Amino acid sequence: MLTLTGICAVVAVAVLFFILGYLVYHGGTSISWNFFTKLPAPVGETGGGMANAIVGSAKLLLLAALIGVPVGFLGAIYLAEFSGTTLAFVVRYAADLLNGVPSIVIGIFAYSLAVLPFKHFSALAGGLALGLMMIPITLRSTEEFLRAVPRALREGAMALGASKARTIATVIVPAAYRGILTAVLLAFARVAGETAPLLFTAFGNRFWSPGWNQPIASLPVMIFTYAIAPYEDWHRQAWAAGLVLLGLILVINILARAILSRGIAVPRS
Amino acid sequence: MRMSINKLSFFYGSKQVLFDINLGIAVNKVTALIGPSGCGKSTLLRTLNRMHETVRHARLEGEIVLDGQDILAQDVTQLRRRVGMVFQRPNPFPKSIFDNVAYGLRINGTKLPIAEAVEKSLRHAALWDEVKDQLHKSAYDLSGGQQQRLCIARALAVEPEVLLLDEPCSALDPISTAKIEELLVSLKDLCTIAIVTHNMQQAARVSDFTAFLLTGQLIEFSPTPHLFTTPGDPRTEAYITGRFG
Repeated sequence: MLTLTGICAVVAVAVLFFILGYLVYHGGTSISWNFFTKLPAPVGETGGGMANAIVGSAKLLLLAALIGVPVGFLGAIYLAEFSGTTLAFVVRYAADLLNGVPSIVIGIFAYSLAVLPFKHFSALAGGLALGLMMIPITLRSTEEFLRAVPRALREGAMALGASKARTIATVIVPAAYRGILTAVLLAFARVAGETAPLLFTAFGNRFWSPGWNQPIASLPVMIFTYAIAPYEDWHRQAWAAGLVLLGLILVINILARAILSRGIAVPRS
Repeated sequence: MRMSINKLSFFYGSKQVLFDINLGIAVNKVTALIGPSGCGKSTLLRTLNRMHETVRHARLEGEIVLDGQDILAQDVTQLRRRVGMVFQRPNPFPKSIFDNVAYGLRINGTKLPIAEAVEKSLRHAALWDEVKDQLHKSAYDLSGGQQQRLCIARALAVEPEVLLLDEPCSALDPISTAKIEELLVSLKDLCTIAIVTHNMQQAARVSDFTAFLLTGQLIEFSPTPHLFTTPGDPRTEAYITGRFG
C-alpha cells in the first residue's frame, strides 16, 4: 500500500518536472534576445521572434481582467454578503458549471457574440473569451476568502455605526484583500495558457496588432501554429514560447503564494 | 434613566427567548446583567443597540427608549453611534492601532482633529502609555487584554452616551480582567455602562445595579449591594450562592 501510494505521488510530481526539464532542454537553447524583440520571420527564413505574441498575450490578459475581475469580485461580494440562501445556491452552482465548461465551448460562445456580428476576428473577442473564463474562478475563490473573514469583525464595524456597504468596503474587503489578490492572480495564470478559445476569436497574427479591433497573436496560439508547421526552426521557437509561457505562469503562481503568506493575518475565531 | 426597556419580548423564529422584560439603565452608572448561560442576558444587551437585527428571523416586541426616544424608530447607524458596544472576544480590525481607534470617527465624518481624538480615547481606555510609540503597528501585535482595551477605546472614540459590554473579560487573564474592571469604574463619568457577565464577583465589584435573568425572565433587579446581600427572590439567592448555573 505504502509503495503503491508512494509511487503514484512521485509520478504526480515527476510529470511536472519532466515537462519542465523537456521544455528547458528544447526551448532553453532557442531563447535569445531576438525571441523577445523581433517579429516572426517570413515563412522559409530562419530566425525572428515572437515579440508580437508576447505583447498580444499581455493585451488579451488585460482585456480578460477588465471583464473577469470586476464581475467576479462584485458577484462574490453579493454572494458572500447579500444573497439569500436559495439564490446563492443557484449562482454558486451555475458558476461551478461555467467553470467546468470546456474552454473551446466558451470560445464558440465568444465567437458568436463578438466575431460573427462584426465579421472579423479581434483582440476584443479573444479578451472576452478569456474574461468569461476568469469570472467563475475569481467569483468562487473571492467568495471563499470573504466568508472566511470572522463575523466578529463585521459586528465590530456595524456596532460603530457603519452601514453594511461601509463595513464591506472598509473592513471585510481589506481583511480579505490578500486572498482576493491571490485568487485573481491564479485566475490569470489559469487563462494565460488557454489556446482553444483564442483560435477563433483572437485568431492570430504574424505582425503587430495595433488597437483592439484586429486579429492578434498570443503565445499559446503561436505555440500551436508553430508546433504543427513542417519547419525545424519553427519547432524550436514553439519550444521556446512554451518555456516562456510556463515561466510566466510559474512566476504568477509563486507571486500569489508569496502575497498570501505575508502581512497581517486575520485570526480565525 | 438613560435607557428604559418596557415590556420587551424577543423571539428567534418561533422560539421565545425573552419574556416581558422591564428594566431601566441609570445615567452614569454601571448596570450588570447576570444569569446562567442561555438565560438571554446577551440577547437583551444586543437589543439595546439593535445588533439583534444582524441575525435572521430575530423579532422583538415591546419598547426600548433612549433619552425619551424610541430606538426602534431611529436610524440604526445613528443609534449605534450613541450606543457603543464591546464584544466577548477582542475584535480589532486588521489595521494599525491608530486606524482602529480612528475608524468610528472617519466613517462618521467627524470634524474633530482625528489625532487628538484618538489620543483622548486611548487615554480614557488606559492604553495610551503602552501604545503611544507604536500607534502605526498592527493591532494584532497587542496582547489580548490590550486588544480588548483597544476595542473599548475604539468604541469611546465616537463619544457614545451608552457603552454596552458583552462579557468583555471572558477571554482574558486575571490581570487584564482587573485592568478592565478598574477602567469601567473610571469610565462612569464619561458614559452610561451596561455589562453582561457570567462572573458574579465581577458584577459585585464593578456595578451599581444588577439584573438577574433566568430562562428569559427578569427575576430581580436592584442596587448591586442589595441584590448580593439580601436577595429578594429565592432563585436569585440560589444562583448567587452557587447552587446552580
